[in-house]
Amino acid sequence: MASLDRTARTFLLSEVVSGFLLTLKYMFKPKVTVNYPYEKGPLSPRFRGEHALRRYPNGEERCIACKLCEAVCPAQAITIEAEPRDDGSRRTTRYDIDMTKCIYCGLCQEACPVDAIVEGPNFEFASETREELMYNKEKLLANGDRWESEIAANLQADAAYR
Amino acid sequence: MYADLAHFFTVNWLGQAIVILAECLLVTVPLLLAVAYMTYADRKIWASIQLRRGPNVVGPFGLLQPMADGLKLLLKETIIPSSANTVLFLIAPMITFMTALIAWAVVPFNDGWVIANINVGILYLFAISSLGVYGIIIAGWASNSKYAFLGALRSAAQMVSYEVSIGFVLVTVLLCVGSLNLTKVVLAQSGWFWNWFWLPLLPMFVIFFVSALAETNRTPFDLPMSEAELVQGFQTEYSSMPFALFFLGEYANMILLSAMGAVLFLGGWMSPIPYAPFTWIPGLIWFALKIALLLFVFSWSKGTLPRYRYDQLMRLGWKVFLPVSLGWLVLTAAVLQFGGWVPGK
Repeated sequence: MASLDRTARTFLLSEVVSGFLLTLKYMFKPKVTVNYPYEKGPLSPRFRGEHALRRYPNGEERCIACKLCEAVCPAQAITIEAEPRDDGSRRTTRYDIDMTKCIYCGLCQEACPVDAIVEGPNFEFASETREELMYNKEKLLANGDRWESEIAANLQADAAYR
Repeated sequence: MYADLAHFFTVNWLGQAIVILAECLLVTVPLLLAVAYMTYADRKIWASIQLRRGPNVVGPFGLLQPMADGLKLLLKETIIPSSANTVLFLIAPMITFMTALIAWAVVPFNDGWVIANINVGILYLFAISSLGVYGIIIAGWASNSKYAFLGALRSAAQMVSYEVSIGFVLVTVLLCVGSLNLTKVVLAQSGWFWNWFWLPLLPMFVIFFVSALAETNRTPFDLPMSEAELVQGFQTEYSSMPFALFFLGEYANMILLSAMGAVLFLGGWMSPIPYAPFTWIPGLIWFALKIALLLFVFSWSKGTLPRYRYDQLMRLGWKVFLPVSLGWLVLTAAVLQFGGWVPGK
């Protein structure tokens, strides 16, 4: 009897038909794909994206050229040169990040005592040339100005856990 | 004036040549468009089965994707392997493509809408679909590559095996019709949709469809091109237009076998309900709808079934389909003979 049952199932293609019905059912389910350039997935406040150099609210740049980030950077992507400014405060004259070397580990923002260098939420900074990925101080400060509100909100959201 | 024109197009050789050329273009151009949009429909159907979106960026709903793909293939470099046999290497895709197209000469799109209304239509279709395997074998041999060669061998063995059972299916249908003419095959199925041959010959319809999957190297019988083991089999060494020709030929073949299925089992251009308003819809549209339905099942099975192993494929072809179709053929013949339903008597 069992063999008859099995033979009947084989000849009536019952398993194939049930498989077909399952895929038909899935065909009408909502899609799970995020329609990327038009809709985006959620990002954690700790997300480590493109770097930015921040400023104080009065417009003064935060970085004091302590070079802790340069020292801690495992990929040695950061190059800093510094000298005293005319008013006697210590500031960088050069702050370069080679984004092609950077491994986005986040050690620079952890090392920074004044929250100057941070990794912002931006991850869409692909460029057509390699040279565009050699960031200098001007570019990093511009990033900071552009992303300040998001960066500040992220830092505040994560402050309780630091 | 009118008589002159009629004379020119029916008697004059030049006029007849123009008419035949126009008919060929009238079939080929929509067919190639259908192939292009079949690739799009395929990708959309697989995508929705896998809960993805499929192509949706090029044009509205991604409708221009086939054009973009075609343009890309046209602009790519044709790479001919240094150890390949150049002439055969380039002839093979042409053979596949041409055999897929010339079979359409006998397919009736509507009552009387057929380029060549020959009396051995089924035989012609069968012969042409067997010729298609030459393109694949030649491609596999001329590429001078292991993968291509193995793919071609598998493909040849598979197509030959399943052609046997397709042959028996065709013989069963022509027993019921009493003619090899495809127009008569359709006319023999007139009436309600349960008069079409799919219901009286349901097992044969299933065997036909499964064999059609094997014949066109589609999942679950896509061993000749299995990308996991043979990196696309006989297509491995092809690029650019030769590849595009293979691709077009493969899809044109799928549409051809769906058209065969529609003609032999789904009543060709007949409307499913033989009363108005259904009979007002032109036969061509019913025919296209039936082809589309079968093509949908082609894509659907690709999204559903895993690939057969080679020995399972051979076992299914020779030890299941061959005896079942042969047995059903004998049964049909016996029922027709002793039931007194032999056509033409």
